[in-house]
Amino acid sequence: MNEIATLIAALLLLIGSAFTLVAAIGLLRLPDLYTRMHAASKAGTMGSCLVLIALAVHAHDLGTMSRALAGVVFFLLTAPVSSHLLAKAAYSVGYRLHPTSVRDEMAPKDKK
Amino acid sequence: MISLATLFDLAVTVALCSLCLSFLITIYRIVKGPTLPDRILGLDMLVAIAIGFIAVIGIKTGYTLYVDVAIALGLVGFLATVAFARFVMSRGKTEDDILAEVRQAATDARREARAASKAAARSGEGPGRPAAPAPAAARKEPGHE
Repeated sequence: MNEIATLIAALLLLIGSAFTLVAAIGLLRLPDLYTRMHAASKAGTMGSCLVLIALAVHAHDLGTMSRALAGVVFFLLTAPVSSHLLAKAAYSVGYRLHPTSVRDEMAPKDKK
Repeated sequence: MISLATLFDLAVTVALCSLCLSFLITIYRIVKGPTLPDRILGLDMLVAIAIGFIAVIGIKTGYTLYVDVAIALGLVGFLATVAFARFVMSRGKTEDDILAEVRQAATDARREARAASKAAARSGEGPGRPAAPAPAAARKEPGHE
């Protein structure tokens, strides 16, 4: 039982850190703010949540486990809100999408 | 056959290395980030990576007191991002942002022209000739700034 938990924790660690790395590479390579936000706020949140779940699986006492899971829930609740607020603020101020973007649903209707 | 403990240690080391790498990449984006929202997004990402670090350290050393710190760090990062978003909204767009966007568009156009001329040169010498001088002139442009 203990060995299975260790194996699962190792697997979750690897997957979570890989997600974080992918998010960082997306932050580096994607062309504009909105696509970068798509990488950072989804894959980044997923990565740190998986690592926290690995800690919860690996921990032996209930206190650490519940705190790690509370951290996961809290992080899942706050990350979309903050990135949505930032995207809304940036769009309303007028930071443009990259020219290769195919669709802008919030564009003013009269221009079209 | 590798023992389970060795495998676990290897996983922890790999996780720490990739978290370090993503930390450095995010710092590069914060330093370079053409506009303010890019930097704020980078800070948000840094908070996420720091939480991941705390969890990995907690697994590696068994010192799980820092998980409380991770929760508090998540709260601080959330509030900071919300406050920065309000700040972006109230500040509006500055000249620096417009300049950065224009520079970014120029870089993209230059890269596109270079790719087009390379494709033209590959398809044959005839169409390659007139397209070749354009990227060379464009490449000289950043030196003037």
